[in-house]
Amino acid sequence: MADTIAAAATAMTASGIGIIRMSGPDSRKIAGKIYRSKGGKKKIEEVSTHTIHYGFICDGDEVIDEVLVMVMDGPRSYTGEDTVEIDCHGGVLAMKRVLETVIKYGARPAEPGEFTKRAFLNGRIDLSQAEAVIDIINAKNEYALKSSVSQLRGNIQRAVKNIREGIIYQIAFIESALDDPEHISIDGYGETLKEEVKKQKKAVQKLLDTVREGKLLKEGIKTVIVGKPNAGKSSLLNLLVGEERAIVTEIAGTTRDILEETIVLSGISLRMIDTAGIRNTEDVVEKIGVGKAIEHAKDADLVLYVVDSSVPLDENDEEIIQLVKEKKAVVILNKTDLDQVVFEQELREKTGQPVVPISAKEEQGIDDLEQQIKDMFFDGELSFNDEIYITNLRHKTALEEAKKSLELVEDSIEMQMPEDFYSIDLMNAYEALGSIIGEAVGEDLVNEIFSKFCTGK
Amino acid sequence: MNRLVEEYDVAVVGAGHAGCEAALACARLGLNTIMFTVSVDSIALMPCNPNIGGTSKGHLVREIDALGGEMGKNIDKTFIQSKMLNVSKGPAVHSLRAQADKQEYTRQMRRTLENTENLTIRQAEVTEIMAEDNRVTGVKTYSGAEYHTKAVVLCTGTYLKARCIYGDVSNYTGPNGLQAANYLTDSLKKLGIEMYRFKTGTPARIDRRSIDFSKMEEQKGDERVVPFSFSTDPEDVQIDQVSCWLTYTNEKTHEIIRENLDRSPLFSGMIEGTGPRYCPSIEDKVVKFADKNRHQVFIEPEGLSTNEMYIGGMSSSLPEDVQYAMYRSVPGLENAKIVRNAYAIEYDCINARQLYPTLEFKNIKGLFSGGQFNGSSGYEEAAAQGLIAGINASMEILGKEMLILDRSEAYIGVLIDDLVTKENHEPYRMMTSRAEYRLLLRQDNADLRLREKGYQVGLVTKEQYDYVLWKKKVIAEEAERMEHVHVGAVPEVQQLLEKYESTPLKNGISLADLIRRPELTYDILAPLDKKRPDLPEDVREQVNINIKYDGYIKRQLKQVEGFKKLETKKLPEDLDYNEISGLRIEAKQKLNEYRPVSIGQASRIAGVSPADISVLLVYMESYRRHR
Repeated sequence: MADTIAAAATAMTASGIGIIRMSGPDSRKIAGKIYRSKGGKKKIEEVSTHTIHYGFICDGDEVIDEVLVMVMDGPRSYTGEDTVEIDCHGGVLAMKRVLETVIKYGARPAEPGEFTKRAFLNGRIDLSQAEAVIDIINAKNEYALKSSVSQLRGNIQRAVKNIREGIIYQIAFIESALDDPEHISIDGYGETLKEEVKKQKKAVQKLLDTVREGKLLKEGIKTVIVGKPNAGKSSLLNLLVGEERAIVTEIAGTTRDILEETIVLSGISLRMIDTAGIRNTEDVVEKIGVGKAIEHAKDADLVLYVVDSSVPLDENDEEIIQLVKEKKAVVILNKTDLDQVVFEQELREKTGQPVVPISAKEEQGIDDLEQQIKDMFFDGELSFNDEIYITNLRHKTALEEAKKSLELVEDSIEMQMPEDFYSIDLMNAYEALGSIIGEAVGEDLVNEIFSKFCTGK
Repeated sequence: MNRLVEEYDVAVVGAGHAGCEAALACARLGLNTIMFTVSVDSIALMPCNPNIGGTSKGHLVREIDALGGEMGKNIDKTFIQSKMLNVSKGPAVHSLRAQADKQEYTRQMRRTLENTENLTIRQAEVTEIMAEDNRVTGVKTYSGAEYHTKAVVLCTGTYLKARCIYGDVSNYTGPNGLQAANYLTDSLKKLGIEMYRFKTGTPARIDRRSIDFSKMEEQKGDERVVPFSFSTDPEDVQIDQVSCWLTYTNEKTHEIIRENLDRSPLFSGMIEGTGPRYCPSIEDKVVKFADKNRHQVFIEPEGLSTNEMYIGGMSSSLPEDVQYAMYRSVPGLENAKIVRNAYAIEYDCINARQLYPTLEFKNIKGLFSGGQFNGSSGYEEAAAQGLIAGINASMEILGKEMLILDRSEAYIGVLIDDLVTKENHEPYRMMTSRAEYRLLLRQDNADLRLREKGYQVGLVTKEQYDYVLWKKKVIAEEAERMEHVHVGAVPEVQQLLEKYESTPLKNGISLADLIRRPELTYDILAPLDKKRPDLPEDVREQVNINIKYDGYIKRQLKQVEGFKKLETKKLPEDLDYNEISGLRIEAKQKLNEYRPVSIGQASRIAGVSPADISVLLVYMESYRRHR
């Protein structure tokens, strides 16, 4: 394995310590660049293997975190490769910053299951575990794939596609001219291309700025609010979000689109998804909403089940209760300001989940709900979804690679290299961007050449 | 039963560009070889364009030559004009193209074949491939004669159930009215081979005396001709060359075509085969690129002893009368007399994913194939595959390791990998953009890349191989020396720089750094380099390229390193992918169908994801440890 990978080795929860792990030939070198001992003299490159070092992780002059660094050279390490583990402060923020620093200085975000894969391929995991290893790789891949494709915001996907289209057109033009110089001339094309590349680079930069704000992928604990129509799902969401987002009316079934909002409770980010009420309906538009609600709830990290305490439970509730039983969930007994016909005890027994009574209308019980969610998080029942986070990091790395490749094209133009050199780096940029939206290159170029340019005898 | 029965080591079916290379390779490697053709007069026939080489195809010819093939030598002896294309671009895309004297080309190749030991030429139509227990045993001809062999190489080109079409006229013949092979397809299907039907076309040939060249632009050959073959003396190819001519279609031409589209067999549905996108007929171009008001037309001589001229850029399957009107609307062709009509040709070929990268059929041992039969197009693509198929048929019989070139070693590697790994729905043509490591796969270094392989196989002489070893050593030494020879800002240096409009020096600099300037070369700097050894031109060229582009070359070398890792991880032939839990269903199906030879090849199959590759890696590691 030629490159060095990095990832969080412990869950990104609000625990005391977190571990960031690197594996690969450059592990020590990268750690050396960002580690500073208390006296400032110790060098990670020179310390003995299997030793622990107290110090700080720094990005240049900026101190990122106070850490313990463990150096383990291969083959006596988890992966069998040179490995460095950084014990930093736990919690999402600290771990993120250390991981990002490691990547900034040359490590690559690990692919799903890659540590395990390397450990196995290097003979560090027993043969009997082969199937388990495959399962881990598959499960993680499936999750990453799901998150990278479905969680990618539509406008980001469009932006990446646009940039790629622009780039492949340029490559196809250059290549068709190289392939058929007697039909198509690209003499002096450098100037035109320079403008194009500048434009594309700007677009990539814009996306990079977006990542910096953490918006490329939707991070956070995926939280779905379910409940039958008019139970008060939208009102609860509005309360938590703090502004009028969902349309709240007294008519059952008015929240038709899936609304989404990220809220932060004491540093825990919840990605709230409001859905149309779950009920058996003949209304086509609403049916789509209901289907989606069940689907969303099924792969949610946390389900908030809102019950209208003023009306009796019906078959819709039974269906939801079946779903809720299997999930991490909080049951919210709403409308406690009205006469109650459904009670806390009954729901707790039916669902096996904690129940919090609230009145969304009177804005009562919200604090208890927040406390309940916080407790679940700190008890480790809920955790930060680091697979999505690391996918985000992979995307960022890919964008940076695309940007670098475009800069290399600019250099080639500047240095008056022949035109065929331009397409090499343009292709690299195209590939890097493709990895974000899950598209391989395949026959793209050949198809583009044939569809856009008239070549051939 | 009285019938002829003969024994040979290898039978080669077909005597086109693939068949010739295959037969020569087998015979030269000492195997008793028989080559079948429907007509001995059509050996190495060029039924379409009268040239060899061109962008990326020139690379193939160079590689064929470096491996010990014949095409480069044959065109060097029979060309009538030669041009290095893309000389203003980087060295990776320089491509040699020569106009051939078609009849001479054929005659010369036939002479070579007829004078090769161990090689028998037989005019007969092969109608059946004989096989037992998934192993080829020989071929049968139309007369019922049997030829028992250890291997068979199929190079049937465009002859299988061939049909030529223009307008509403169609003939069941091969190119140029030659006899088609109508029985072999059925025999192949019986062996379980999946067939495709492809289509291609050719333009009309026009009598030179009826063309007004004063209305066209003359296209001359290069002043200094570079030979194709590494063993041709460059002095031998400095001949008097003939010209080609350039003219254009116009709105009138396009109008004639548009008005008669309904009479085209393409539009009427009479043609079923899939045609190539890169080589569209003029009617395709007019329809698809409607905004272009003219298309180039190249008028190329077919040889020195004929008046026929090839009308490049105007292949067609329109009816005869429309062809006349269309050609005559082009400036210079107003009084054109057609000698041969343009036509489209349909033929049977195979789905090449049934082949290993050795070009042997996966389900029939000893059966190999090359050329248009495999779904490619072009003389050069055919010859390259013929050579590899011939070599590997021989290696199998001789019990030696087969030759597989990978994508980082040769265009031939790219060509074959694409054919056997990717879905191919049209005749496949080589293009430089298909080669991801093209900076390394230059036409100028084909000998450095492949002579050794040719030597190992046995088609390259010790002397030729030793020269390459010497050349590699000298190139490395001289490139290294350039890094260490420094010049200062003295008048002699500044004057030379000024002459080439290069920025004058402020401090000392190595000659290598000067070579890296776009306007300077290794040769230009000779006057500043007092201790420069006297080196041949091919060595100087390599030194220059290696220094000038070393940054890019190093980057590609690094990419190749990563590529090679998966390529060297071999997959067993008998692996049952259904047994591997963890592979997705689509991946299982594709892998069972394609049976890739390496994890690298598996990774290029559409429908196999990176996660599947991880699973394969883990599985293969446990498979290895189990054994």
